[in-house]
Order: sequence, then structure tokens, then C-alpha cells
Amino acid sequence: MDNNKRYVYADNAATTKTDPEVFEAMVPWLTEAYGNPSSQHTIGREAAAAVADARERIAGILGCKPREIYFTASGSESDNWAIKGAAHANVKKGKHIISTEFEHHAVLHALESLEREGFEVTYLSPDRDGQISPADLEAAIREDTILVAIMFANNEIGSVLPVKELAEVAHARKITFFTDAVQAVGNIPVNVAELGVDMLAFSGHKIHAPKGIGVLYCKTATRCFNLIDGGGQENGRRGGTENVPYIVGLARALELAVERLSDSAAIAAKRDRLAAGISKIPYTFINGGMEHRLPGNLNMGFEFIEGESLLLWLDMYGIAASTGSACSSASLEPSHVLLSIGVPAEKAHGSLRLTISHDTTDEDIDYILEVIPVVVEKLRAMSPLYKG
Amino acid sequence: MLYSEKVMDHFTNPRNVGEIENADGVGEVGNARCGDIMKVFLKIENGIITDAKFKTFGCGAAIATSSMATEMIKGKTVEEALGLTNKAVVEALDGLPPVKLHCSVLAEEAVKTALADYYDRNGIEHNIDVNCDGCCESCARH
Repeated sequence: MDNNKRYVYADNAATTKTDPEVFEAMVPWLTEAYGNPSSQHTIGREAAAAVADARERIAGILGCKPREIYFTASGSESDNWAIKGAAHANVKKGKHIISTEFEHHAVLHALESLEREGFEVTYLSPDRDGQISPADLEAAIREDTILVAIMFANNEIGSVLPVKELAEVAHARKITFFTDAVQAVGNIPVNVAELGVDMLAFSGHKIHAPKGIGVLYCKTATRCFNLIDGGGQENGRRGGTENVPYIVGLARALELAVERLSDSAAIAAKRDRLAAGISKIPYTFINGGMEHRLPGNLNMGFEFIEGESLLLWLDMYGIAASTGSACSSASLEPSHVLLSIGVPAEKAHGSLRLTISHDTTDEDIDYILEVIPVVVEKLRAMSPLYKG
Repeated sequence: MLYSEKVMDHFTNPRNVGEIENADGVGEVGNARCGDIMKVFLKIENGIITDAKFKTFGCGAAIATSSMATEMIKGKTVEEALGLTNKAVVEALDGLPPVKLHCSVLAEEAVKTALADYYDRNGIEHNIDVNCDGCCESCARH
């Protein structure tokens, strides 16, 4: 095996390659068409029209009105806006929020910030497959519950949650329902009207647009305060000059992603081939359930070895992946997601997340399956836990 | 996470991997829950460490510090080896990211635990102080 002869990017849940078509759509707005959408002159009006067009196309895909789409700078901003904005706008009704233990840190840390202000948060535990049951949500609702924030799909184990059913439970008690759909949008069909959610967040760079652009869908009449005050942009809801090229790019990226949803079965088949191939190595296991799972997500555990070492070796062979090992964080604690679904800490350290996309080829899968056993054996040979 | 070239060298080509049969001193520190376990084996003749080997479960820094620490004590007297500090291991590796310094502490403690074992086996009194209590926080405190 020849090091660095091949490069395989299997970390699409972290970020994606900007699609050349997306980049092309952006170029005019990065060069000659540099107007500010708030300006009255021609190039300003052109920019405003481009933003309006992008908003309409995105709304059409998500099944909502254009003015329910707000552009932000990231998925994290959208998460913070939805959670803090809805909490503060409903504070007279109560101070109790329901979420889950395995949300993204953008959600968990926004909730912690509210807890410091005096809000109370109940964190539901997912089951082994990474699912949250509507019955558990129902049981956690109190008189003073004002917001439910539950992710659509988990970023580490790829579990797709029953958001529609969960939103119904919240709505039966007249509670606002927000979903962080950063991992879902572009990978599975997402229609806010069918789902019935009040707010939904997603991000451009997970769907082959560049980093630095996000969206918050906020249904008309949903009570939610602003996060960023400013010059009246986004219908007075989010200050800051519109990022015209990125907004145009995001609309194109979402259209392409939706066109590619027909590739989902093929992507899932490649993912399943990876899972089956890696599972041939003794003492390995799959984290999370396989039934309701994002098509490109695989999360495997390897006993007796540690995830960061595995990543470093894979990187030397040109394979980019990620891990839930503590060694990738400063906290010395392994992934909160894996711990939340009941993976013991000692096993969570040896986890590997591979997230493939429509770009991933059969040869890429072959290569990963060729390299992983070699690297795992190398690390196990020096592990005091492995007895051969 | 940026590792120095030296760290990457010791991670990809670790020196002294393995076990020593009939070792004169063996030390194991860390635990699987924390994500790091180091086991050091020493062959000691006439007070001199003639061979040192290790087995490590852990991250890149854990493997590199195990490799470097065993390199640094080979050929040394037991007394000299007792003077090994985690700082010296870090310097020899051209530095470690701050969140990885605990790995060097673990390497120092693994060597000292093996030396304490050697003293115990030979009925030699010692006051070797090993702080690893098998809990992650004991490393983080360093």
C-alpha cells in the first residue's frame, strides 16, 4: 500500500466540498455584482433581487413562505437565535425547555447559557439506536414548558428522529417546536409544512455550499426575539448586510442537494458495504441503529484502540474521518453522543465516524476497506488491552 | 491538533514496542475509561536499564511519549531513570499541544511505577511517588 497516493474524504458531516456549480453561481456576486441589497441604485437593486430569488427558491423547496426564511451566518447562529429568541419571547408563559442529551454543542451550550439565566432544561435520553420517543417527550412536558428543541438527525451517529411525531406532541400542548436540521437538510427530504415544526435551522457548508451561511426557518406568528439587531435587514429580524454571494450559493446548493436525493439509496448501499467490510474485523461494533439513519453516516467502534491514533494513521493513508474520542477534545471526556446512547466510555474512545457523500466512489470504499484493517492491526499490536 | 515532526515520527515509528519476558520491573498506569493506558517493561542488570519496552492504548501523544520515554531511560542507571520528568519528555519531542501534556505525565508515571516494582521485587526501600490513581483528573491536575 502506497501512502498518500489516494485521497478519500469521508468526513462530510464535518463539512463538504463546495460544489463547482455552486461556486460558479456565486462568482458574479463576488466580483462585478457587489451591490448592497439595501441600496437604491441599480447594482443594489440587482443584489436585492438575487437575495429575494434565492429566498423564494429555498422556501419552495422547504415548503414555506419566502418571508419565513431568514439568512444567518451559520447553523450555530440559527440554533442560538431560535433557542434564545423563543425562550426570551415566551418567558411570561414559563421558563422550562425540553431538549435531548445528544444535541450539537451549538444547541447544548445555548441551553446552558439560558440555564445560567434561570431557565430550566430537561434533557431527554436517546435509546441505544439514537431515537427519542414521543412518549418520553409527552411525559416531560410541564405547565411552564415553553420550547422543545430536538434535532432532526444526529451529527455523530446519523440517527433520524421522528420529528413530525415529536412536533405533534409539543403542539398538542401549544408549545413551540424547534429542530436543528443541520445534518438532515440535503441528505433526506425536509418539508417544514409536512413536519409541522415552528422553527428549523440548517447550514450551507454541510450541503456543498461554502462555510459562513445558514438559515433559520421561522413560521409566521412564532414568538421569537431577535438575536442580532441592526439595520433592518431580513424584515427587521436579523441585522447585518446580506451575504449576497453565499445566499445565492446556498440556494443553488439546496437545489442540487434535492436533485441528488435520488442518489440516497446508492450512497446508503456504499455505506452498508463499508459497515459490512469493517465488521469483518474482530471486536468491532456499530454505534447507533441502522434503520432510521442518514444514508452517508457510519459510526464504528474498535475495541482496544483509541480513536485519535486511528485518525492519524488514516490521515497518513489519505483518508479523512473523525472520532468521538476524548483525545480530540480538551475535556478528557469521550463523545457526549456515544455516552448518551449507552456506549461505555472505554469503548467510546475507539470510535470512528465515516460520512460519505455522492462524491464517494466504489474505489474509495475499496480503499478504506483495504486500509482500515491494516491500521487497526498496527495499533492493536501495541495495545496492552489486546491479547490477539 | 498540530503535532511536531518528532511526535509524528515517534507515533508512526514507535521505538521499543513490545513486552519483555521475565522483566525485572513492570509498571502500568491509566485506565481505559480515560482513554490512555501505558505499560512499561524494564530489564535491569547491575542497576542499569539494559532494555525497556512498552505497550500503549491511547492517542498519538500517548504513543509518542511512551516511545520517547523508553528511549530516554535505556542505558541509564535506575537512579538516573528516576530523575526522568514529563517536561524532559515533552522537550525531547519538541513540545506537545497543551491538552496533551497529561500524556507525558502518564509516561513519566509509567516509568516510575516500573522502577518502583523493580525496587519492591528486590526488597529495596523507596519513596517513589506515583500520582496516577486511575482517575482522569489526577493527570489533568498536573
